[in-house]
Amino acid sequence: MSQVMTLERPIPDAAPAPLLSLRNVEVVYDDVILVLRGLSLDVPAGSITALLGANGAGKSTTLKAISGLLRSEDGEVTRGEIVFDGARIDGIEPDRIVRRGIFQVMEGRRIVADMTPMENLRLGAFSRRDREIGQDLERVLTYFPRLKERTGAAGYLSGGEQQMLAIGRALMARPRLILMDEPSMGLSPLLVKEVFAIIRQINRDLGVTILLVEQNARAALSVADRGYIMEQGKVVLDGTVEELRTNEDVKEFYLGGAGDQRKSFRNLKSFKRRKRWI
Amino acid sequence: MNTHLLLQLVVNGLIVGALYGVVAMSFVLIYKASQVVNFAQGEFLLIGAWVCWWLLTTYQLPFLVGMLVTFAFMLVFGIALQVVVLRPLIGEPIISVIMVTIGLSIFFQALCKWLFGVFAQPFPPIFSTQAVSILGLEIQTVYLMSLGISVAMMAGFAWFFRYSKHGLAMRATAFNQQVAQSLGISVRNVFALAWAISAVVSSVAGIVVGIVNGVSSALSLYGIKVFPAVILGGLDSVVGAVIGGLVIGVLENVAQYVDGQYLHWGNLYEIVPFYVLVVILMIKPYGLFGTRDIERV
Repeated sequence: MSQVMTLERPIPDAAPAPLLSLRNVEVVYDDVILVLRGLSLDVPAGSITALLGANGAGKSTTLKAISGLLRSEDGEVTRGEIVFDGARIDGIEPDRIVRRGIFQVMEGRRIVADMTPMENLRLGAFSRRDREIGQDLERVLTYFPRLKERTGAAGYLSGGEQQMLAIGRALMARPRLILMDEPSMGLSPLLVKEVFAIIRQINRDLGVTILLVEQNARAALSVADRGYIMEQGKVVLDGTVEELRTNEDVKEFYLGGAGDQRKSFRNLKSFKRRKRWI
Repeated sequence: MNTHLLLQLVVNGLIVGALYGVVAMSFVLIYKASQVVNFAQGEFLLIGAWVCWWLLTTYQLPFLVGMLVTFAFMLVFGIALQVVVLRPLIGEPIISVIMVTIGLSIFFQALCKWLFGVFAQPFPPIFSTQAVSILGLEIQTVYLMSLGISVAMMAGFAWFFRYSKHGLAMRATAFNQQVAQSLGISVRNVFALAWAISAVVSSVAGIVVGIVNGVSSALSLYGIKVFPAVILGGLDSVVGAVIGGLVIGVLENVAQYVDGQYLHWGNLYEIVPFYVLVVILMIKPYGLFGTRDIERV
């Protein structure tokens, strides 16, 4: 069944195969709660792809489906497939997914609070067996020099520092794809800017592909190449950043303050009609 | 007041306490890594001691070789126990897991009685001199060895958790399993490793006590004795476990002194640790070093 549906999706001609692609992915929590209802998206290699949407749209669930962390929350990919670098990864243990090169920076940073920043960074390299870990540690510290001075428990770092630590820890794994869940959460506007500048920088300098989940659509679109907009477990819009930025609906519902007159939620209907169901 | 006796008892207390500390450490290791309160910890001592005794008496192995083979056995035993019995219980209510470990405790005690009999068996003599005198204090050679091993184990634990990759992984797993998974750590492997290390470390204590008192099912009482030490130190603190062990060891021996010299009630030292346990639970339920989460406000 899912095979047939895969074929229905038009494949853009001459485009290289994306690093990551989700095809009609359906996720069910606790055997009954359907959260993703046939989600499809592509993350081209080397890109920053933004995944936007309101609370409860299923953005974090999407990331956890990719990283395999879903199962520790009683969730399960029940249909569809997730393909990374030409191989299916749905149903694989999370530690193996990390070994394949996907690293998730979880929502709320989730650094190990009772360890020092250094220990946190070294943990990032857990899946590696090569001898260049020390070298990478130095490099990460050049990105985040502030972390070097912090020798106490990482739990006492400021929110911004914790976010930097979480990103640095991800870099220590030398991933090919970083899944970032709400890096702007709980940060001041200035820090959000700083964090997104770093995201852009690691994407450019290290060639790491990034799938970025954000509530802060404006910040996300400022660094992304492509974007998807999710609603109720499905992608409802996608396109390049320019296309999304100039789209009236996106402006109105995600960037805020578009159009001349205030629109009421009754007009949501028109938005729904224009959506393209993928 | 008999100062010499008191001093002797305090030194004994520290040595036995270090041993309690080692067992408490291995108990905390399992609790920290996999949130299982292991009521079968004492049986690890028992099994380790019996296996070592069996190797030494049946195959006439030299002590060190016998001990190393025992370690290898306990390593495999710990992993097997985790994989076969406890892994299927992941996600089940805590009380179910506790009941299972109590069941394991009973099962292994009976198994050891069935295999090795109900009588205490002495270890073949290991040291040519039974006791040495240091600063006028009589100290059994095996206790000196025990102290050396205990300190080495503690140093090993400290190194393991601070510097080794798998030690860090274990701490991360103790902090949050999902976070550990997101870092590429296999939580299952961490659990198995925790049980394996715990079994090996406990068996050291079992062998030492076995050499001193003979091997019998009384060894498994250490698993219970360790509770006051662990609770005193805080259920999830390795350092606390060591200090708790030392305190309980000394308290026990001081209680024996007080009892022997003044009170003459008999066997006070057996129950003092548990009085301590009750008092600590009343006034400091997290123990001396038990952690509450860091809350940054």
